[in-house]
Amino acid sequence: MIDNFDFQIILASLPILMDGMGITLLLTVIAIVGGIVFGTLLALMRLSRFRVLSFISGRYVDAFRATPLILVIFWFYFAVPIVIGRPIGGLYSVLIAFTLFEAAYYSEIIRAGIQSVTRSQIYAGLALGLTQGQTMRHIILPQAFRNMVPVLLTQAIVLFQDTSLVYVVGLKDFLTAADLVAVRDNRVVEMYVTTAVVYFLICIAGSIFVKKLQRQYSI
Amino acid sequence: MEMKYNWDWSVLLCRDGCVQPYFDWILSGLGWTVVVSFAAWIITFTLGSIIGIARTVDQPVIKGIATVYVEFFRNIPLLVQMFIWYFVVPELLPEDWGRWVKRDLPLPEYWTAIVCLGMYHASRTAEQVRAGIESIPQGQTYAGLAMGLTRFQVYRHVLLPVSYRIIIPPLTSDFMGIFKNSSVALTIGVLELTAQSRQIAEYTFNIFEVFTVATLLYITVTMIVVTIMRHVEAKVRIPGTIAMGEKP
Repeated sequence: MIDNFDFQIILASLPILMDGMGITLLLTVIAIVGGIVFGTLLALMRLSRFRVLSFISGRYVDAFRATPLILVIFWFYFAVPIVIGRPIGGLYSVLIAFTLFEAAYYSEIIRAGIQSVTRSQIYAGLALGLTQGQTMRHIILPQAFRNMVPVLLTQAIVLFQDTSLVYVVGLKDFLTAADLVAVRDNRVVEMYVTTAVVYFLICIAGSIFVKKLQRQYSI
Repeated sequence: MEMKYNWDWSVLLCRDGCVQPYFDWILSGLGWTVVVSFAAWIITFTLGSIIGIARTVDQPVIKGIATVYVEFFRNIPLLVQMFIWYFVVPELLPEDWGRWVKRDLPLPEYWTAIVCLGMYHASRTAEQVRAGIESIPQGQTYAGLAMGLTRFQVYRHVLLPVSYRIIIPPLTSDFMGIFKNSSVALTIGVLELTAQSRQIAEYTFNIFEVFTVATLLYITVTMIVVTIMRHVEAKVRIPGTIAMGEKP
């Protein structure tokens, strides 16, 4: 089998694969940014004095964390066009699904990060005459995010792998692009092995980077 | 903006006069989700324990193999691994085996999904087991060895009984991970809960009803498992640890 491994097909399909990787990276970046922004909001709601906000955020996180990502993707893929009354294309549905889904996971990381900052910092901020909001924004969150960087990046690697699941709605990400070539040219072994190698190299490079960062950041 | 949608919950329950009793599909899907998850978990727990322990031993070769396993399975997306097991591995096996897997093995997609999920999650469980063992102060190992226990006995009677009790919460979330990730098996044709609900959604267009039911089923099973595990955890909790103080 290895003897007739066809490297030619990989070179020939390079443009398709690169386009796919573009979609994969686009999804990853938007879901990270959206997930962190919305996740921070969820974390602040969770830690809020207002019971209602804390309750809503808690149930949101529980529900998304108990549901498989594929089911969430299907939800938005089928439901978004019905709700807004016109087709908007798979990419937008999937982007919404990933952002909302990842926000649930990011909010847990961010909540832990905020809680890792000692309480005396809040008192210090308030004693200096800052408002609650200012204390959170200028004192707590910057420290919290600094503590969280390695975990946030690890979650980003998980997210990068998770984007391959858009295959189920036929969005042409890296894996789906490779799959198209695999089926079209009957080169299943070559294409899937290549896909695995590429994902592996990117993820392992990412996790080595995170480990290095962790050593630098650890106090 | 007006939402054009006809709610019809009866679609799921209709039997008389309906060609397809759709709720049966959902139940069958849930059944397969549970079966595949449990079977995969057995592989995960066994293999994950072996690899986790191997990562803590003194032999560099064994440690190295275990590390390679963990890095390998952790850094390739589950869906890619699913395709590799299903489409590539049978091609790489000796010809007779490959033919057996492709032709004679009953329910090949189900077996593939179980092996794939089990081995993928073993890399995560291995890390939990390793962390559990490493969280025990070295002094305990030395004490065991000083008392004349062999390395094996130290693991068997000192390190493992304590570390498994510590890592029950992360092991539970690993199981929940398998349970949710079993949905990835739909890509190779396993008709589990998510696959069945998508099928019903495509046939009936009553997507809100069917996805609501599927989501609630996932949440319900999660809640059941979490509740059971909380009891188990309370039962085996080690007296004197911080966790003990949190008991309500």
